[in-house]
Amino acid sequence: MGASQTRTEDVFQELSDKTGFSLEQIRILHKRFRQLSGEEDTISKENLEKIQALDKNPIRNQIIEAFFDKRNQNDGEVGSSREIGFQQFVKVMCHFKPPTLKMTTEDKEAMRREKLRFLFNMHDTDNDGTITLDEYRKVVEELLSKSGAIGLEAAKAIADAAMLEVASINVPHMEPHEFYEGITFEHFEQILKGLEMESRMNIRFLDVDTSTMHCGKSQ
Amino acid sequence: SSGVFSGLVLSYLWSRRFYIIYIYNKYWWSLHRTASVFPGFHLIPRLSSIVPESCLLITVGLLVGGLIKLAGEKVPPVLDSKLFFLCLLPPIILDAGYFLPIRPFMENLGTILMFAVVGTLWNAFFVGGLLYAVCQMQSAPSDLLNLELLPCLLFGSVVSAVDPVAVLAVFEEIHINELLHILVFGESLLNDAVTVVLYHLFDEYSSVGTVTVVDAVLGVLCFLVVAVGGVLVGAIYGILAAFTSRFTSHTRVIEPLFVFVYSYMAYLSAEMFHLSGIMALIACGAVMRPYVEANISHKSHTTIKYFLKMWSSVSETLIFIFLGVATVDGDHSWNWTFVTVTVILCLVARIIGVVGLTFIINKFRIVKLTTKDQFIIAYGGLRGAIAFSLGYLLDNDRYPMRRMFLTAIITVVFFTVFVQGMTIKPLVELLAVKKKQEAKRSINEEIHTQFLDHLLTGIEDICGHYGHHHWKDKLNRFNKKYIKKCLIAGERSREPQLIAFYHKMEMKQAIELVESGGGVKLPPSVPSTVSMQNIQPKKPPPVERALPQIPKGREDEIRKILRGNLQKTRQRLRSYNRHTLVADPFEDGWSDLLLKKSKMIELEKKITEMNNYLTVPAAPPDSPTITRARLSSDPQTYQMKQMSDSVPTIQVDLASPQSPDSLSLLDELQRADQRRELRRRPPPDEEEGGLMMRPPQARGGDQGEEGGPSAKEQRLQRCLSDPGPSAEDDEDEPFLS
Repeated sequence: MGASQTRTEDVFQELSDKTGFSLEQIRILHKRFRQLSGEEDTISKENLEKIQALDKNPIRNQIIEAFFDKRNQNDGEVGSSREIGFQQFVKVMCHFKPPTLKMTTEDKEAMRREKLRFLFNMHDTDNDGTITLDEYRKVVEELLSKSGAIGLEAAKAIADAAMLEVASINVPHMEPHEFYEGITFEHFEQILKGLEMESRMNIRFLDVDTSTMHCGKSQ
Repeated sequence: SSGVFSGLVLSYLWSRRFYIIYIYNKYWWSLHRTASVFPGFHLIPRLSSIVPESCLLITVGLLVGGLIKLAGEKVPPVLDSKLFFLCLLPPIILDAGYFLPIRPFMENLGTILMFAVVGTLWNAFFVGGLLYAVCQMQSAPSDLLNLELLPCLLFGSVVSAVDPVAVLAVFEEIHINELLHILVFGESLLNDAVTVVLYHLFDEYSSVGTVTVVDAVLGVLCFLVVAVGGVLVGAIYGILAAFTSRFTSHTRVIEPLFVFVYSYMAYLSAEMFHLSGIMALIACGAVMRPYVEANISHKSHTTIKYFLKMWSSVSETLIFIFLGVATVDGDHSWNWTFVTVTVILCLVARIIGVVGLTFIINKFRIVKLTTKDQFIIAYGGLRGAIAFSLGYLLDNDRYPMRRMFLTAIITVVFFTVFVQGMTIKPLVELLAVKKKQEAKRSINEEIHTQFLDHLLTGIEDICGHYGHHHWKDKLNRFNKKYIKKCLIAGERSREPQLIAFYHKMEMKQAIELVESGGGVKLPPSVPSTVSMQNIQPKKPPPVERALPQIPKGREDEIRKILRGNLQKTRQRLRSYNRHTLVADPFEDGWSDLLLKKSKMIELEKKITEMNNYLTVPAAPPDSPTITRARLSSDPQTYQMKQMSDSVPTIQVDLASPQSPDSLSLLDELQRADQRRELRRRPPPDEEEGGLMMRPPQARGGDQGEEGGPSAKEQRLQRCLSDPGPSAEDDEDEPFLS
């Protein structure tokens, strides 16, 4: 027991150094991981699909898929894993860390790019490096999926208008016969410049173990 | 005799003083502008960029006050609290509350409350306490010695409140980033509750003389009641206003009145019960806005917007001028020690307060506040007319040093407005503080904002803790499920936010198009030649064709002929006559589109069965209904037209309606056809040969029919001609939020 514990602590320490989470946060994430996986070492899609709170979320499938997407592991691999371990879990969670006070502008830019990359990967499902009109339509459809028939009709229109906007901003002068293949990562960065992802795409990771303080169930 | 004459003139001027002030205010702006044109006044154009408007207004007030004083007349107590609190302040606060950017406000609510409550308390006690200490010192002049602690604390609480009017006036011109703006501005609005409570508390206690711990606890309770009570009163009136607006579809003209009346009543009710009127007003405006805007017409929305802006501008101008007048007139008692100590203490207290609070707040914030941010927040803590009016309200008998207080308050106000107000702009430039994003809201940003919301909520759920996003999501769902159904009329209650945003954007673009002269080129938000056809993937040509493809030369010829004919039609289109001019073609046609969408889905299915011809967009650029339709790939814009055999048909790709070059052949043929069709039945009462707007033949009846050309033509007509004025039509349709 003692030996495995120190091994786990070493692993945690290593993870903490690699990802920038504090030891406390890693421990909490690990606890949650064990809870989700049912005390196993890996979690599969079914484990995540069991979370009740996610049921109401319109983009539930994309979120779950993002955890298993190998592109988000920054290993250079592509495709989708069937199961992920704790390390991969933490790696994905890394994308949602807030910027610290000590970061320089370059660091903030890098962080923004990383977050935008995560979003891009969520949209670009066939991994061809561009978000085509169909993929974008799918995104908007999913967003409006809980809104009934009128949502689906408008989704097409909205996606078209959005694509038009991206094209207009990035490639202002196109001949009528030219075809805009899809949104590349650079164009994606450009259109979402105003949103300042590094300040927005964050969640609060707990430092203190407050899971016992919650009134409701966290599963 | 000259004395008599000047006496007469002056008394006339005096009797018309309010009219003079009114006229002055009315022409203030043009006076200011014309003055800058005068060749001799080189300084003046530069002046307006250096000096914020509030300073100029106070200076004008000083001049006017000086003039009146020179005339030997008594200046009326214009900053009399009744006028100020009942008439001048509410419009500004309502304007602020109604147009409050809810999202950043809520995201930073914790920070704002900390600054507003704890910060103001700290300021009040620090300034009041240290002033008392200074007064008690041996070296202080004798008249300060009998200044008690409680009056000092009262003075501290009055002078420490950041003033929303002053903050608005100055921050409006420096275009600082949204976060800092909402922090300082939100603080200035929310600290009213604290100020009210402290003011009344110290006022009561100074008559009693002593304060016990029980009193302090009661004070805290009082604060909670005042703040929460104010917000509740405002929210209740807001909900009432929203509910009322649900039923105003037949009384569009007085819709703005409901907004104003309910808000003012919220303010009065709160003030009556000694709750925080400002917080009530903010709560009322913020609560009612999303629902009211979904219910009221576009015109009412514009009315509300411009009335609020007008009243708040006038109020602001008057407040600053009266501040100047009151300064000149005021019964001053200048005490060097008191005044200088006050000013210094205010500054020091503000800086220490902001720095200390930020240290604590940053532990709880995701995006921390940097030193630059802290500096701007501290420097933006301007005092203004509210402080002065509160001081004015003090009872002269109970507070013999009231005049001294007023002098000190005015000095602090002048110092902050002039010195800080003037220097904040260059400091913002110097420190390279992030400025406001000027870019228009784009559909992509909106899509991704929503996407992010859901993503972050999902990640929080996976992580297992109920954070900020989880509760926000819950609130949104509750809102959608229950509240919107009660407060929003009709189908709009079920409209998702993204779609509402998209419709609003379409509307704006359509209006822009028409306003730009209905010209040939559509002005998109970004000038570009990209059009729908550039992004639509090319479809393979269908196997069947009605006729062999026409060589390009012939096609061009036909195009030229038809374009020539089209020009004539266009000219005739423009000469509609005013008797048939429809009140609001956008909104009437708009609601039609919305309501008939579901029916069009069925029809579209039937249309796609006819795969001889691809669907094509209809119509020339200048029909308003079509421009709006053009901006969405709405199925209704795609019309089928059964061609007679004599006319050659050409297969076209999904051409862009936006680019005039892709004006399709079929499209032009449709126009030619329609022209022919309408010429056949000339309307009886048209004066010119113009194309008359006529009510559509059968509104809902033949939607589901797979008719012959007649049904199609009717639909085409309906699309191209706006529904004329008919008895049961409403003049306006709801404006979408």
